[in-house]
Amino acid sequence: MPDKPIRHSLPTPVPAVAASAAEKTVPLRINGKAYFHDGDPDMPLLWYLRDVLRLTGTKYACGIGACGACTVLIDDKAQQACMIPVKSVAHRRITTIEGLAGGTLHPLQQAWIAEDAVQCGYCQTGQIMAAADLLKRNPRPSDADIDKISNLCRCGSYPRIRAAIKRAAAATQAPHK
Amino acid sequence: MSQGSNSPGSISPRISRRGFLIVGATAAGALLVGWRAGHAQATLPYLGARIEPQDLGDFVKIDANGSVIIGARGCEVGQGVKTSLPMLIAEELDVDWSRVRVEQLPYGYVEGDSGASDKYGKQGADGDVSVAAWQDLRQAGAVARWLLVQAAAQQWSLAADKLHAESGNVIAPDGRKLGYGALVAAAAALDPPQDPLPLKLPAQFRIVGQPTPCVDAHDIVTGQAEFGSDAYLAKALVAVMLRCPHLDGTLGKLDDTAARKVAGVRDVIVIPRPKSGAAFDGALATGVAVLADDTWAALKGREKLKLEWKAGPWASESSAALVTQANDLLDKNQNGVAVRNDGDFALARKQAHSTVDARYELPFLAHATLEPPNALIDVEKDRVLLIASLHDPDGASRILHDITGVARDKIEIRLPRAGGDFGRRLKNDFVAEAALIAKSAGKPVKLLWTRADDLQHDFYRPFGVHALSATLDRKKKLTGWSHRCAATPRNYRDTALQTQPVFSSCMQADAIPAGLVANLEQTFFALTSGMPRGDWRGSGDAFHAFASESFIDEIAVATKLDAVKLRLELLGAPRLLHPGLDTGRLAAVLTLAADTIGWKDKHRNGHGLGIACHAGAGAYAAHAFEVSVRGNALAIHRAVCAVDVGRTVNPLNVQAQVMGGTLDAVSSALHLAITLKGGEVQQRNFADYAPMRMAESPQSVEVHIVESGTDPVDFADAGVASAAPALANAIYAATTVRVRKLPLLPELLRLI
Repeated sequence: MPDKPIRHSLPTPVPAVAASAAEKTVPLRINGKAYFHDGDPDMPLLWYLRDVLRLTGTKYACGIGACGACTVLIDDKAQQACMIPVKSVAHRRITTIEGLAGGTLHPLQQAWIAEDAVQCGYCQTGQIMAAADLLKRNPRPSDADIDKISNLCRCGSYPRIRAAIKRAAAATQAPHK
Repeated sequence: MSQGSNSPGSISPRISRRGFLIVGATAAGALLVGWRAGHAQATLPYLGARIEPQDLGDFVKIDANGSVIIGARGCEVGQGVKTSLPMLIAEELDVDWSRVRVEQLPYGYVEGDSGASDKYGKQGADGDVSVAAWQDLRQAGAVARWLLVQAAAQQWSLAADKLHAESGNVIAPDGRKLGYGALVAAAAALDPPQDPLPLKLPAQFRIVGQPTPCVDAHDIVTGQAEFGSDAYLAKALVAVMLRCPHLDGTLGKLDDTAARKVAGVRDVIVIPRPKSGAAFDGALATGVAVLADDTWAALKGREKLKLEWKAGPWASESSAALVTQANDLLDKNQNGVAVRNDGDFALARKQAHSTVDARYELPFLAHATLEPPNALIDVEKDRVLLIASLHDPDGASRILHDITGVARDKIEIRLPRAGGDFGRRLKNDFVAEAALIAKSAGKPVKLLWTRADDLQHDFYRPFGVHALSATLDRKKKLTGWSHRCAATPRNYRDTALQTQPVFSSCMQADAIPAGLVANLEQTFFALTSGMPRGDWRGSGDAFHAFASESFIDEIAVATKLDAVKLRLELLGAPRLLHPGLDTGRLAAVLTLAADTIGWKDKHRNGHGLGIACHAGAGAYAAHAFEVSVRGNALAIHRAVCAVDVGRTVNPLNVQAQVMGGTLDAVSSALHLAITLKGGEVQQRNFADYAPMRMAESPQSVEVHIVESGTDPVDFADAGVASAAPALANAIYAATTVRVRKLPLLPELLRLI
């Protein structure tokens, strides 16, 4: 299959072959909540989020980690959920778009609205998660830093996405925030 | 008509004389004003009719507490109609936009005494929405306001014409106010106006023309917005398909034993191929569907299918062969279809002082919507539910009726957001597949297309070669223009296009310089190919304009004339050349783009400036680019687009669409091509069909809107057509390398 989800190479704390159903259960921490996956431990995180938990803000678009629509944070690092078997992220801290906001919207979410960065909107959750990773590592990103976000936007909203990232960076730097 | 159990508890729905609108109240006392359309806008099918309660539309709903809900009828595919159409209603309703909540309406199909009609008016995502909506949706808002004002007049015993509405209140001359919420019950009991109401003058607009962010922005950035593929039904099985990769190929052997053994796989179903040569009115290709409890199991099951495909009649088709076929037809120049003939081009050629000739080649393009096609469907004996990312719900409803036999008024279609369209979802082949699978499985089905499915089974933008010739006299005046095109016409196996000329969507008889050059011929040659074709974001305009606007630049270079001045002289005095072309409006956007990029100062340290313009579908646009090429790297320093799309309802959205159209055109022109080998599409994912990313995109597209004050036209495609030729012209200015073949970048690297 040309677009078969490719196996991911993160360390796997849970054995791939388990003797019993109980041993196969994968403990997960998603948006601060505990979950236990008792299905196929090789199921990509994307489909666990969508089909099992119905956290549908994480999108499918290519299945080979080439477009970023399924970007989530794993221990604050942006990763492509279509490439990650559930078993490889047991006990890791997983944040999806649904868990990004705290009491108020994340500065990136606010900036996205302020810049009207959305067109069809399908890529935008992944874009925001990729930008969240960038701002965490680099609170004042340059244009060249922003260029490293390689998430695909078919509507061509890149200039507004760039502006929104800069706006969020400026907002988090502001003395009163 | 039957009484639906979910009908609003209207006490007495009434209809205005011309059948425009109906009025009623919900059981909770909310005022409803809905649109009733007949088959054709000009007929009055519901004149004086009693409307049954379940036929109530609800564009406008005002609760007793004053909260305003406005229904959005169009398919939202990213073009912004879910925001801009309700703005039209809110404008005439005189409410504060910040207090409006927008709700997506489902597809509204109703059957009345005079036949079937669309309950809410046109619901497609396409251009018809904006033009038609400019009149009918403002009228819906005006009627609601009129009723509220009448209700206040009764309550105060004042003449209605002494009152006015503002920000959700009716206000008396002495300053007394009544909120809409307090007037709802009385307003809902009134008869609607008998004639269309006068609408606001532009000077009175408070919402139309204001930059208004996407109404779903909050839901989208928090991951709450529902797209078609986000819809689930408890008992639905997930289906993925393996489709025959060969054009019109067939299924040979199938062994699904291993697939059925995959945990979670429930069924394997074969979808028959469409009849050879018959219209693509259903599924696009033969295929095998694997049904499972979840997507992962379905994908794993698909992996285990063992099957043999048989190549169809197109086994020898290839992109290289198509190029040869096209050039042979153009060389022989026999039996072409005449598109347009003005004067005598052959004579102009004999008498010419000099001539310019060039050929341009454009590849097939896929839509590659980021959200692939999808459909969630539940087929029961006497009802169908479809939830999908759609562009043409009316077409989907027809297909579902044809496949299931269920009456169209028992087919419910919900319209979540769609993750991009660009013309892909004008087709409902994926709806047909889902319906066939669900019918066969006897269970609800959620069909998912993978990216490879999408790239390999699309309705592609046509492939073609354009041959252009120009004749010039001693004074370098353009005396003749010949445009011949050999392409894969879009009417191939397309029922809707059978009545259109074969060249439509590949050549435009009225595009400039037609009508501006004394001797002009346009001829079309249809290529033989098995590739399915479709609309692709302004494809007719873009496919034609890359050739014609590149060629005008070549004429300017050959004659050492300024490319802007040459175009302005061709356009001449401002006048209406034909209903779609006001030369003054095209000259205005061209001049604005040129002035913005600083056209008069072209010496820029090795940077090149390029320009192009196009008028199509009522919209006028001009692009200007500043680029440089260093080694193998092309840099776009500035991207400018000036547009005139009539009155701007939401400037924030017009800017977004023009920016997006420009970048879509740039991305495609630089990189993208769908190619064929052995009758099979070669591209399989974003690795080999790779649209532009952030790093490559210009940091801004400078969009300038010319406010012409005419009625709005569809602008989602306006930024597309002139972008690619302007870019190619800029590359020529920077490098003196003329790229005549798309995609540009590989061709440029081959040439330099």
